[in-house]
Formats: sequence, structure tokens, C-alpha cells
Amino acid sequence: MKQQTVYSLGRALRAGEISCLALTEECLSRIKKEGGTQGAFLSVLEEEALSAARAFDACPDYEKWSSALAGIPVAVKDNLMLKGAVCTCGSRMLAGFVAPYDATAVEKLKRAGAILVGKTNMDEFGMGSTGEHSAYGAACNPLDHSRVAGGSSSGSAAAVAGGSVPAALGSDTGGSVRLPVAYCGIVGMRPTYGAVSRYGLTAFCSSMDTVGPITKTVRDNALVYAAIVGIDPNDATGLSFDFSVPNVRHPIRIGVIEELMTDGISEEVRHAVQQASERFASLGMLVESVSIPETKGSLSAYYLISSAEASSNLARFDGVRYGHRAKDCADLGALYEKSKSEGFGSEVKRRIMLGNYVLKKENKEAYYERSLLVKRILRDAFARVFESYDVLLCPTAPDIAPRMGAIQTPEQMYAIDLCTVPMSLAGLPALSLPAGVTKDGMPIGIQLTGKAFSEGLLYALGILYEGGGTDDAI
Amino acid sequence: MTLYKGYEAVIGLEIHVELKTKSKMFCACENGFGTEPNINCCPVCMGMPGALPTLNARAVDYAVMAGLALGGEINRLSEMARKNYFYPDLPKGYQITQGKYPIVAGGHLVIEGKRIGITRIHMEEDAGKLIHRGDLTLVDFNRCGVPLIEIVTEPDIESAAQAKAFLKKLRTVLLYTGISDCKMNEGSLRCDVNLSVRRPGGALGVRTEMKNINSFSFVEKAIEYEYRRQVNLLENGMTVVQQTRRFDEASGKTYPMRDKENAADYRYFPEPDLPPVYVSEERIESIKGSLPILPDERILMYEEKYGVPAKDGERLTALLENAELFEAAAKNCRYPQILAKQMLTFSTDAAIDLTPAQLCGIADLTGDGRINSSTAKTLLNLCQSSDIDPEEYAKAHDLFQISDRELLWQMLKKAAEADTKSAADYRNGKAAAGKALVGRVMAESRGRADAKILQELLQELKK
Repeated sequence: MKQQTVYSLGRALRAGEISCLALTEECLSRIKKEGGTQGAFLSVLEEEALSAARAFDACPDYEKWSSALAGIPVAVKDNLMLKGAVCTCGSRMLAGFVAPYDATAVEKLKRAGAILVGKTNMDEFGMGSTGEHSAYGAACNPLDHSRVAGGSSSGSAAAVAGGSVPAALGSDTGGSVRLPVAYCGIVGMRPTYGAVSRYGLTAFCSSMDTVGPITKTVRDNALVYAAIVGIDPNDATGLSFDFSVPNVRHPIRIGVIEELMTDGISEEVRHAVQQASERFASLGMLVESVSIPETKGSLSAYYLISSAEASSNLARFDGVRYGHRAKDCADLGALYEKSKSEGFGSEVKRRIMLGNYVLKKENKEAYYERSLLVKRILRDAFARVFESYDVLLCPTAPDIAPRMGAIQTPEQMYAIDLCTVPMSLAGLPALSLPAGVTKDGMPIGIQLTGKAFSEGLLYALGILYEGGGTDDAI
Repeated sequence: MTLYKGYEAVIGLEIHVELKTKSKMFCACENGFGTEPNINCCPVCMGMPGALPTLNARAVDYAVMAGLALGGEINRLSEMARKNYFYPDLPKGYQITQGKYPIVAGGHLVIEGKRIGITRIHMEEDAGKLIHRGDLTLVDFNRCGVPLIEIVTEPDIESAAQAKAFLKKLRTVLLYTGISDCKMNEGSLRCDVNLSVRRPGGALGVRTEMKNINSFSFVEKAIEYEYRRQVNLLENGMTVVQQTRRFDEASGKTYPMRDKENAADYRYFPEPDLPPVYVSEERIESIKGSLPILPDERILMYEEKYGVPAKDGERLTALLENAELFEAAAKNCRYPQILAKQMLTFSTDAAIDLTPAQLCGIADLTGDGRINSSTAKTLLNLCQSSDIDPEEYAKAHDLFQISDRELLWQMLKKAAEADTKSAADYRNGKAAAGKALVGRVMAESRGRADAKILQELLQELKK
């Protein structure tokens, strides 16, 4: 089970080699066994999962499911609504909050026949790059428990890499799917903004939030992606497109982003990207260096825009209708102040303060509107580069997973997002996949970025890179 | 305009209008008034985590309709924005509204010959309602997300009376379009007043804002009070402070609201959950085609086609139902001016419950001299909410006017013989005594005598 993929488990299920119940029970027992040390899960849906598995075994109608996920246990990041399950978003603010409805991505997993086994740990409301900003303790890296799993989808990455589940959903705003999968040596996709419905994803930064799959292989990732992609009447920012993984017949033009191969990136990571370039070249692709100087302002612009939106998105957690409500408040002002002070962690508070500052009348033009300009310029720059290249290659993270507690300041943490935020600002799809290990044995992730809605091409390249053919991918 | 101590008032209004859509602005919940608390709610309008708004296309159509009816320019592209503030009736912690780019720019209404400019009309969602029960405050979220338009006027209004007339005209126009029921007592039409004072021709003064006034007469009273308050401050060497004030209905005075309301920075920014609002040329044209003929055009038409004075036209068109009734009746009527006058004997704030044929019949009978005005009045009242045919009724009950001179002369002579004292007094020059004689004839004829002929005959009686 530990090394099993969605693809191989699906075949075993269909062949009758294993029952869905047995598979689910094994997942649950692994979650229990690993749970204590990994901290990957915030809640386990044991009863629900077992009864869904029994129902599946009673009537394993693959025609009806018509999906590679039929009968496959899947975990979901704790910022996605799963009706009837506690949804904390990694925050004390939502301790014990029971989701009143299903997120569209979750509903699609259910409709595809997936068995939802639990909700995974995360940095509070998605704000963090290491997983250490969860109110419920950090998920640790299954490959080295003294290191972080990466954030903010820390639990989803740890659960998949640790072998508790073959697939999980994460969310990616500035790199929250890509960073932890790179740190844990697995595969994650940040979809094109608007490709997967955000309905039911607790908003952090609405203009950049995405829901993305986390799996062991690229092929698995495409299978999960196919199940959750698609337009949703409940999400007005959605865009419709036909997803398929093409056969790569022509040489793909790959540009290696120069600005993300400089001193800020560790030597071992740069070396891994270099080796990946050579591998792509040996597969018949045209690989060369490309400069996108506009990526330089990305980090600041990302943190200003995302904090601005977060300050508004998190306003609803006020202790009035649901979530943490402070006791013994003299008046309304005190209720707001105390509930928020007690409910939110330090990183969330920092960003709410920053966001409010950025949106204040006297600051808006200098910070918020300037950041939007940087974003626009960056989008245009990417569009220009994509006239000459099909795909861009760069590291996912500047270095391997840091040790627990090593990241001390916000600036150090934000710097981890250096290679992931440009794609977030530009709304582009980006696939992170493992590309070797350091001499310590820690995995390194590389990132493939394409034009909007080029997920199929990214998967095709990733599958080739993994050493598979694309013909039987979906 | 009489000025108070030589100052003039500069007034602008902000009017919130609830749109009569089936569902709410950003979700499928019913848009209903007066239902049990917290019935029409869902994750979206309750501000649950992860819930997203989707824009109600009908609400956009209605906003466009208001813009067109008020002579505004429809922006093909507009943008929803977030207005951030905390209040328990605002579940998301922000209101989705429009900031920099509203759906309608400009517009105007003409009030007694004066053009009152409209700055902009924008779309937004309503908040919930707080209900206070002793120590407890409860929240009803039914109204959360009900679609609104906010109409902002230029500071073109000079007096309380003008403000009231503007609001009445605005309500009439909006009722014509059918986008709202415009009931101030139910809160579907609410008014904020911005007011400052200045010496004629002088620089603009500091303004105050009075929020959420919910009747025409309160708007009038609030303006009267605030105008005098500001003038008196200045006259006593004090200054007006820019602030938000509350109109107290019981005392008829305005009071400052808490400081927090005045220091708010709403940190507006574009709503990232909704794409820009695009309204195509075709959609605007189709909405234009669905608009009814508006009051001003009808008033002009009544004047030109039927010779009905504009003042009467204004009242006839105050309700679309009455305007349509008048037009239907006037089409076949030989005396449209009489028809107009007779319709205006009813209150024009409510729909007049007569058929076009009844109204036309009574007007024609009157115009032809077959019934007199008092019979007309009787028939107008009788025909309300009934299917009586006025002419047949008059025939059956013998209500036609008696215009036969000889017959009337006989009746008058009979009256003079019966009341010799009045007859003598009248002949001796006492006009009042003549009235007594006429009264007798009227009583005798059951009100049917032609009053004009009777007056002529009365002159002859002197001879």
C-alpha cells in the first residue's frame, strides 16, 4: 500500500484483487499508526469512510463512476468544506466548526466514487510555507521527521508521501501545493486560476486561491485533476476548457527561468534543475535559458495583494455566527477584539494587519494598486515569453525542506515562496515533480509552468519525465 | 424660496431602493419581506467559509432599467467592490457594492421645471436586521443579500419641499419600471440626506449626513430642522462639523451618531470573487424596449393631444395604473378634459377602480349636458368596484338632466307659489332668497334640474 498509486490501486480494485473496504481499512490503520508522529491529519472520517467503502463493495458499478478514483481513499485539506465534518482550516478560530455543505471539488470527488478518509493539517488559513503555523502542531516530513513537510498543504503532502493515502487535495495560493510536494518528494499541481471551482474552499486570497491534487506520480495527479476540473455555476471566476493529456509528438520548447537560477537558490537545487534540463533535452525537447526580469517584484506584490484580500476574507470570523466566540465581553467591540485575538494565530494576525494597512485610503495607491500593476506587468511578461516557449522550467523551492523551527522570521519564510509566487500572480498552471535527492537524501522539486489551461501539456511532459508514455494516462 | 436668515440650503440625496427580484443578489435564496426570521438563508448570504457570490442577472437588468428611466448613461463595464466594516448584521464583514465603476453614470429628474442631477446609480447588497429583545440582540439574516440600487443625486436640491417632490417623482418613475415596490414603511425605499448651508453665491459649507430616513414627511422634517440648526450655528459664530447624524422621529431633531461611524475607512477594493459586470448593447436595447412610457412623456402627450394642463397630467400619471386608465378612457371620449377633471376627484395615490368605459360614459354624459355635475359625482361613486353601466343606470333611475325651459319655468313658478315669502324677498332684491327657490326646484327634480337654465329663469322671475 505504501508505494501504491491511484492507478495501480484502481486496477487492483477493478480486477477484484482487493476490496474497497480492505483498502479503506488499511488506509485508516496507517493514518492511526502514522498519525501520532506525522501530524498529517486533523480529523479522520472513520465511520463515514467505512460505510462508503461497504456501499462501494456492495455495488462496484464502475460504469456509474467512470472515474479512476472509484473506490480510492482520498484525503482533503482542512480548508475545504466536507459536509458534516469538522473544518478548522488549521485555526483555533474554527475549532469544532462543522461544515454545512460540500465544496464543489469535494462533491466531485464523491461523485467520482472516491472514499473520503480524513481532513489534513495545514498552516492556519493557508498562511505559511512550512506547515508550522497550524494551531494544531506542524505536520512533519515523512522522509525526515526533524524537518517540516512544507506548507501550507502540509498534511496532504505528508499523508501521500507517508503512504497513508494514495491521493489528497491541497490548495495553492502562493505555492501551498507545490512547496510541500517538493519537500516530500511527490507531485502536485497548481491549476490555472479558474479551472477548478473554489466554491467551498475557505478563502485566503480569492484572486489567487486554487484547489490542486497531490499524488505520488504525475499520472495519478492527472487522474485526480480530471475528476475535479470543470466549470461550476457556484464560482463566477471559473473558466471552462476541455482537459486532456496530449501525446507529445513535436519537440516542446522549454525555457529555464534565469532569474530563478541565481544565488538565492541552493547549489544542489540548481544542479537538479540543470540535470532535469538535460533529461528533457535527451527526450527531444528544445531547452534554453530565458530571462524574465519582471519576476523580481513578485514576492512583495504577492504578499501585499494576498494580505489585502485576506484581511477582508477573514473578517467573517467575528465570533457572531460560528467559530470561536470570546467569553465575558462587555460590548460588541470587545466581542470582536477578544474573539479575533484569541482565535487567530500570529501569522494570520500579521497578515490581517498588513492587509488593512495596505488598503487604507492613504496607502492604497502606494501599496495595493502598485502591486496590481506589478501583477499586470508580470502577466504581460509571461505572455510575451510564451510566444517563444511552450513551457518554463525552474525550481519549486530555493532549498530542501528546512528543519523544524529553523525558519525564524516572516521574511525568511516568505523568501521560500520565491519560485512559486510568480505563477500565482499570473494565474498560470504549475506542476511540481520530484527531480532527485540531495546527498542527505532529501528530495528536490522542479516546477513546470505553462500557459493558462495547459495542464494537459504539463502532465504529458511530467509523465515523459517520469519515464512513462502518455497513451494510457487517462 | 424663502431663505432662513439669508442662508440657502444645498441638499443631495442618496436613495436606497430594494429590487423586486425573485431571488437575492448573490444566491438563490428567496427575496421576500415579512417572513419568519432566518428562513431565506444559505451558506452564501450567511457568509459561511468558502461560500462564493454569483451575480443575479435580473438585478443587473433592473439597475439598467432604473438608469434608462432616469436618463443615465449605462456603463458597458462596471465593477463590484468590497466595502469593509464590522457589524453583526453583515455576515461577511464586508458589503459587496460598487465603488469606482458604477453601472450607471449621470441622469436627472425635472421637478417643477428645475433639473435635479443624478450623479450615479450603483448596485449593492442589503444587510440583515438586528432585533433587540431586552438584554439580547438577535440577528435576522433574511434581508442579507437582498439586491439594492443606490441612487446618488447632485447637490441640486434647495429645500425640504423640493426634496420631497423629487422623492415622489423618483418613486413614480421607479414604480413605472416595476423594479421595486418602493414602500418607505417597509424599507424598500430609504433615503439619506446630505445637507450644507451657504450665503447665496458663496462657497459650499461643511455638510452633514442624515441616514436611513423612512418617510417622505420625515425627510421634509429632517431637512427643515438640520437647515435651521446649521444656520443658527453659523449665526452664533460656531462651525458645522462634518458628521453623520440620526433623525429622531419623536422629537423631529437630528443627533450626531457615534464617532466610529464618522471615522470609518471602508478599505474599498475590487471584489475578486466576481468578474467585471458586462452589459451588451443588445441587452440595453432590449431593456429599453421593455420600459413603459414614462410620466413626463405622458404629461406632454396629455397636454398636446387632450388639452389637459400639465399640473393635472402630473397627478394623473402619479400611478401607472391611473395613467393607463385615463388613456384607455380618453381614446373614445369626446370630452377628455372633463374626463381628467372627474378622475382627479379621486385620490391619485391609489388605483382608481372604474373601467375605461364607465369613465368615458360619465364624461360624455356630462359633456353632452345629459347629466349635471352632482349626478356625475353620484355615478362616479356608484361605478367604483362595480359593473354598472352609467348611461343605463341613469336611464333606469331617471337621472337625466331636465333642460326643458317650459317645464323648469313651471317648476319655478310652483316653487314661488309655495314659498311666497322667498319669492317676495327675491323680487325685492334679496339674492339669497333666490337660492331658496332654486333649492326647492332641485329638491322637486331630485337634483336633475339644469342649474344654468334655472339661473336664467330666476332672472325672468324678477320681471
